[in-house]
Amino acid sequence: MPLFTSPDDVRTRLAATGYLADDAIATTVFLADALGKPLLVEGPAGTGKTELAKAVATAADAGLVRLQCYEGLDEARALYEWNYRKQLLRIQAAGDGQKWEETHDDIFSEEFLLPRPLLTAIRQSEPTVLLVDETDKADVEVEGLLLEVLSDFQVTVPELGTIVAIRKPFVVLTSNATRELSEALKRRCLFLHVDYPDAEREKAIVLSRVPEVPAALAEQLVRTVRTLRALELKKAPSIAESIDWARTLVALGLDTLDETVVAQTLGVVLKHASDHTRAAKELGLN
Amino acid sequence: MTEPALGGGGLVDRHVAFVAALRGAGLPVSMAESLDATQAMAAVDLRSREQLRAAYAAAVVKRAAHRATFDRLFDLWWPPAIGDGEPIHDEGSPDAESLEEVEPADLDAIRKMLRDALRDVLLTGDDEALRRLARQAVSGLGRADNQPGRQSWFTYRVLRALSPETLMASLLEAVLAGEERGGLAEKVARQMLTERIRQFEEAVEAEVRRRLAEDRGVEAISKTAVKPLIEQVDFLRASRDEIAELRRKVYPLARRLATRLTAKRRLGRSGRLDVRRTVRASLSSGGVPLTTIHKPHKPHKPELVVLCDVSGSVAAFAHFTVLLAFALREQFAKVRVFAFVDTCDEVTSFFDHGDDVVDALARMSREADVVWFDGHSDYGHSFEVFNQKWSDAVTPKTSLLILGDARNNYRAQSVPALRSIARHARHAFWLNPEPKQYWGSGDSAATAYGDVIPMIECRNAGQLQEFVEAILPI
Ligand SMILES: Nc1ncnc2c1ncn2[C@@H]1O[C@H](COP(=O)(O)OP(=O)(O)OP(=O)(O)O)[C@@H](O)[C@H]1O
Ligand SMILES: [Mg+2]
Repeated sequence: MPLFTSPDDVRTRLAATGYLADDAIATTVFLADALGKPLLVEGPAGTGKTELAKAVATAADAGLVRLQCYEGLDEARALYEWNYRKQLLRIQAAGDGQKWEETHDDIFSEEFLLPRPLLTAIRQSEPTVLLVDETDKADVEVEGLLLEVLSDFQVTVPELGTIVAIRKPFVVLTSNATRELSEALKRRCLFLHVDYPDAEREKAIVLSRVPEVPAALAEQLVRTVRTLRALELKKAPSIAESIDWARTLVALGLDTLDETVVAQTLGVVLKHASDHTRAAKELGLN
Repeated sequence: MTEPALGGGGLVDRHVAFVAALRGAGLPVSMAESLDATQAMAAVDLRSREQLRAAYAAAVVKRAAHRATFDRLFDLWWPPAIGDGEPIHDEGSPDAESLEEVEPADLDAIRKMLRDALRDVLLTGDDEALRRLARQAVSGLGRADNQPGRQSWFTYRVLRALSPETLMASLLEAVLAGEERGGLAEKVARQMLTERIRQFEEAVEAEVRRRLAEDRGVEAISKTAVKPLIEQVDFLRASRDEIAELRRKVYPLARRLATRLTAKRRLGRSGRLDVRRTVRASLSSGGVPLTTIHKPHKPHKPELVVLCDVSGSVAAFAHFTVLLAFALREQFAKVRVFAFVDTCDEVTSFFDHGDDVVDALARMSREADVVWFDGHSDYGHSFEVFNQKWSDAVTPKTSLLILGDARNNYRAQSVPALRSIARHARHAFWLNPEPKQYWGSGDSAATAYGDVIPMIECRNAGQLQEFVEAILPI
């Protein structure tokens, strides 16, 4: 049974969690749920990809299982692993009295299995969101594994048999596109590209995350951030930086963004020294 | 919302033709994805164009780079309106059908009215109003009857008549409302207004394409509506906007390449067994070495020397490639860059220390000593100067990269100088931004130089990326 009834339903319920979606986000989340397909969310850093998965979980009152990808992530960390140490202890404890076959059956049982996020998500009987975060950081082999698991939502553990999903989780994969994911994986997913929001939505996001900030200041802040994004920077400021900036201004008790204030607080928004220099020059700070 | 305009054959035929147009524009839409799209369509509210757009995009656009092309084609195949859309006299403007007969004075009145409306829309930034105005402006000002009975539609007629940029001064005045000029506030306001003007121009372009498609058929217009992907934009013909966009792509591209190169290295060879750490790890499993630990493989890193022609004709190519080289700095033991037009100078220091790229490029053209005689490329002389002053820069650890079109203005080629530069290098490659079929024609010394150093065609960012991936050593 689907989690949502319409794109509008998605939007309203996400908004209730503090996540403000546009038409494209709401419609695509709705479709991924309705068609039972994994959702691949790609976009620059800090545009709300991870947050979207969390917000969907909250909105749908579903559990969140997260697989954080990194270089070197392998099946043992992603899918399941046998608890070797416990198995060894068990073998030693068995002593000579027990037949090997018995011990074998014993140590390859549920008790010695360490389920990792993919297996955990498949075995949930309650509504679940599976977040595969920063998929592009993992090695290509992990994609093969994901492809297998996300195609039929079942996992075969040779010693135990095939475990079939009791209930398909809602799967969100995120990527910063530091590399192209494989065509096969992309074909299996619905795709959502998230970029920086338009000025109006970004202002609303800032206001929802930092309610203490006066609306006029939020507007000024968002426009300034957009001006920064238009410069040639190494790392353009994201929504995360807009929010941080708003928090900083509130903490410092400032209520307007003039040259002096921007010059003082620019470090919150731009992380590279050379970006800082460039912005100071283009915006006529100093 | 208007019902999507369906050609005679209905929804399915339109879907099939739209997918064909997407494929024609280079989007690799598989059979399965096309089916996903139909399922997605069935699940959304077809009266909402934005839902339909999102549904299609989710199913068939799997690379951000394809999105602009997709949007253009979507607007053509699932147009927001038919003909003039809403009757424009409702808005208090004259009837579009009679425009050909209006007196010049009336036309002027229309122009003035639309311009006032444009000013309002640019001030409020209301998207819906902006698109509506673009539609009215195109019906009112964009049509020309070049032949009797054959009308056509033109973007430039609309934009020339309304000339949005000339509204800037008055818009700024309104936005800044007495605030001090010239400072941060003005820059921010200017950025916002420029963005909206751009949005209006795009809306006008989209409207013109829609009207043309109504007259000549969607298929015909689809073929011309497609913008090349930025990776395929020819370095030698890139516009200023495209060059800026390319520069913005340097860092993401470098990150992508670096990740892939690191992966390639890891796969290439794994290090030797680390006995000590393996034994230590086995202690926790009763002395059984369940996991073996390998020493990290120490990759060999070459030194990179880039020698590039920065004369006007190929500057964009040289700049992009040099920026990429510096963005990939971690992949090399050392990067040195030499620039030349008719003489040669080292420019490494402008790019070192992660300096701002725009500045670095500007300083390079301003301060580097690259012009000796008349500012026309002279490869021969530049090679000789390099050879005299920096012959020790190229060692057996060096990968040498020469960038340029090898158009030598019929001057002495000095092939021996090039041979002697390349002699000691571990690898040497020449990247030429000109199409291969022109090499050696006219004043091109590509054939002569290509005999000394393997020359590779590198006309766009896509080819450059392929080259880097193929050659960067493991
Ligand atoms: N639409 C939104 N509504 C509310 N908050 C948002 C929205 N988009 C982003 N944010 C906020 O922006 C911040 C960054 O979001 P998040 O961490 O999800 O980014 P990300 O895309 O996952 O970045 P990365 O690629 O670096 O992992 C979070 O604090 C999040 O709450
Ligand atoms: Mg994230």
